[in-house]
Amino acid sequence: MTTRLKSVDVVTIGVGWTGGIVAAELTKAGYHVVGLERGENRNTDPDFEIPQIHDELAYAVRHKFMQDAAKDTYTFRNDVEQTALPIRYLSGFLPGTGLGGAGVHWNGQTWRFLPWDFETRSATVKRYGEEKLNGATSQDWGITYEELEPSFDKFDYAAGIAGKAGNIKGTIQPGGNAFEGPRSREYPNPPMKTSYAGLLFREAAKKLGYHPFPQPSANVTRPYTNPDGAKFGACVYCGYCERFGCEMFAKSSPQLAVIPVAMKTGNYELRTGCNVTKINLDSTGKRAVSVTYVDGLGREFEQPAEMIFLTSFILNNVRLLLVSGVGKPYDPASGEGVIGRNYTYQMNTGGTYFFNNKAFNSFMGAGAMGVAVDDFNGDNFDHRDVDFVGGAYLLVGSTGARPIQYHPVPPGTPSWGAEWKKQVVKYYDRAIGINASGGVQAYRGNYLDLDPTYRDAYGLPLLRITFDWGPNELNQSKFMAEILKKIGKAINADIVAVAPRTGHYNSTIYQSTHNIGGAIMGSDPENSAVNKYLQSWDVHNVFVLGASAFPQNSAYNPTAMLCALAYWNVDNVIKNYVKHPGPLV
Amino acid sequence: MDELSRNDFLKLAGIAGTATAVGEGAPALLRPDAADAAPVKALLLQPQAFTYLTQPEQAFVEAAIDRLIPKDASSPSAKDAGVAYYIDQQLAGAWGTGARQYRQGPWQQGTPEQGYQLNMVPQQLYRIGIAQTNAHCRKTYGKTFDALSSVHQDEILHGLEGGKIALAEVPAKAFFDTLLGNTVEGFFADPLYGGNRNKAGWKAIGFPGVAAAYTGVIERHNIPYRVKPVGIADVEQGMDPDPDRAENDEHRRRVAMMHGNTRREG
Ligand SMILES: Cc1cc2nc3c(=O)[nH]c(=O)nc-3n(C[C@H](O)[C@H](O)[C@H](O)COP(=O)(O)OP(=O)(O)OC[C@H]3O[C@@H](n4cnc5c(N)ncnc54)[C@H](O)[C@@H]3O)c2cc1C
Repeated sequence: MTTRLKSVDVVTIGVGWTGGIVAAELTKAGYHVVGLERGENRNTDPDFEIPQIHDELAYAVRHKFMQDAAKDTYTFRNDVEQTALPIRYLSGFLPGTGLGGAGVHWNGQTWRFLPWDFETRSATVKRYGEEKLNGATSQDWGITYEELEPSFDKFDYAAGIAGKAGNIKGTIQPGGNAFEGPRSREYPNPPMKTSYAGLLFREAAKKLGYHPFPQPSANVTRPYTNPDGAKFGACVYCGYCERFGCEMFAKSSPQLAVIPVAMKTGNYELRTGCNVTKINLDSTGKRAVSVTYVDGLGREFEQPAEMIFLTSFILNNVRLLLVSGVGKPYDPASGEGVIGRNYTYQMNTGGTYFFNNKAFNSFMGAGAMGVAVDDFNGDNFDHRDVDFVGGAYLLVGSTGARPIQYHPVPPGTPSWGAEWKKQVVKYYDRAIGINASGGVQAYRGNYLDLDPTYRDAYGLPLLRITFDWGPNELNQSKFMAEILKKIGKAINADIVAVAPRTGHYNSTIYQSTHNIGGAIMGSDPENSAVNKYLQSWDVHNVFVLGASAFPQNSAYNPTAMLCALAYWNVDNVIKNYVKHPGPLV
Repeated sequence: MDELSRNDFLKLAGIAGTATAVGEGAPALLRPDAADAAPVKALLLQPQAFTYLTQPEQAFVEAAIDRLIPKDASSPSAKDAGVAYYIDQQLAGAWGTGARQYRQGPWQQGTPEQGYQLNMVPQQLYRIGIAQTNAHCRKTYGKTFDALSSVHQDEILHGLEGGKIALAEVPAKAFFDTLLGNTVEGFFADPLYGGNRNKAGWKAIGFPGVAAAYTGVIERHNIPYRVKPVGIADVEQGMDPDPDRAENDEHRRRVAMMHGNTRREG
């Protein structure tokens, strides 16, 4: 039996970064918001307290904070000819569950996308011709960097981002990223400290004529109070960010930056342990009336709402759209339909530099601590002589060297035994990792749909992921590997271990939780699921937030981008939608 | 203290029982000022015992992990660091019984890119993998794995890893990779899980453990920061982990930091 509840103004499906931002902004504006979160309620005190939170086995290896595959996972195949099989252990990417979502166990690398990213297709065609896309179905976003700048700024200040501006209102700033789009002001907090690894990379990069700068970070560098009065502590470089919660109140998260703001208004109602299974439409199919969810006791509820924000992480967003019949499912055979279209990811090309006589103290660090180079990103360099579109940013990050997962050995070392142990002991603290984090273009055959066979614990079909690298990604990786080798020489490493990525995308190897697309934004309902305000083209009171909206992936990590879009979306809803509910475009 | 034998452990377990009996509860006893060093150290050592692995399986695992991470000048072997107990506890607990594994059928073999597709939880992977590897050893050398010379043990392990040995009911490589993965985990995980005894794994590489706050030292470039490592139990029990060493002040600062309340502005 389903219990029908009293109607509210707003429901968010999921309470992570996007759900938290929607809650803060709409409750401040006086709306009654219900946050439905499938996982537990959890907060710094006591859930992220030391010493337990510094438990590599529990959090990093056994994935204490992540989505439980026993209940809900995805099926995967490289192409449509294969039968997709369930990802029985989630390991290649790690969606979150519980209050704050993956915003609890993220690293905090905080990037604004380049102005070029928003015009990937048109800018590429204009400068190099259509062939440069190598058959990619990448699109423009239907919005520009300039339009979004105030929303990026809002996020930077809400989250207390630490960095050095490279371009303030068109004036290049020494020490920052000269390639970034113009920002309206400096970061709210100074950049992070520099590790020895970062220092060596900075010197080598300069020697090669590149332009290094400190990576922008959501690991807050000094005690900070955001414009809404939310308070942060200062990072102590403990080296436990990625996959952990932060005990110092220093890694920006929904719990710190936005959820307390919503709570303070008295207009926010958080319900945890509530898994949404469907968005219900009225008889016209053009308006959503409610969501259905199941609570921890197994009771089913229907929660009516005027506005529904789908903020459940990209993969869960796309699945809920498909099971609820919102928008036309994408069909790779015809190239028609929009839900599931343009699924992309991140292409990482890694390298390790080994030194015989250095000490890096690599166990010290912070999730987003690092030195970056943007000379090979986007269209920051001439692509006439290369066979791919877009690029990568290079990073020497110092995120902490927890020993179960980090114990690099030079190529050729056996995988166990006396020699392996000897090399582990020798190089544990004598190595630097470098990564080229690269963009991924969209292709017709890479998409998301509902699996015909496998189901989750609620009886819903699993989301099926069909994905493989395309020519842009593999060619990009080859190019970046050469650059990483060059840097290895310039940095005077004793051993340089770099290899380009080849072969198929492998769902078992962790390569970021930067799953992208499937409900993309754009200016044409024929090839996008939501308009430039993140509003469903088909059901006007459903807003789909998160990386699901990116038409293809930039080289950068996605969170600042999707949080800026969340601010942009809510601002427009408050300004334009609530007075005249209906299509905004 | 670094290389305790199993017998020493049993003895210490006895001492631990006495110490608990005379105290007013463990936490008070464990305050550095509340007892002399010997009973405190004894108390920290939990008696270890196998709960899932049978005796032949224990012998197999101990022999195998002694080859995977052998003893050298830097530290004891995985076996002497208690990693067999770590593996046993993992198998007996949530992970071993299939936690976080999607368990619905239908099952079928997939591509390497699709990952694990066996209708088996880790307990079964070990049980079948060990029995069949031992059967292979008996057939080839007339003895079970634990009774082989180390040269033959290595040959078998390479055979499982590289696909030269096929087991009938379980993919040899899946079994081997799980065993190796668990061995590395146990060697480097917090000692509270039964391996990394006396922080042998952490000491070997210079990992300082969980009491970590480096604001003041992270920009001391190229100067090795070496302290005696701190585990979760050390901090929880309020012990100064290393009262006699030169790094004492640094430790005290780190542990104090972990107990501090002054982390947030205002
Ligand atoms: C290990 C790791 C490191 C990362 N590091 C970085 C980084 O350095 N920089 C960066 O930019 N990004 C990083 N990310 C990505 C970042 O965490 C995500 O981009 C971000 O959290 C996405 O925000 P979201 O609101 O879309 O989803 P989330 O923050 O994940 O929130 C979604 C919420 O919805 C809930 N939910 C899902 N389905 C339902 C349902 N049916 N009913 C109810 N609730 C539901 C989930 O439980 C979850 O709490 C990292 C991710 C991981 C896993």
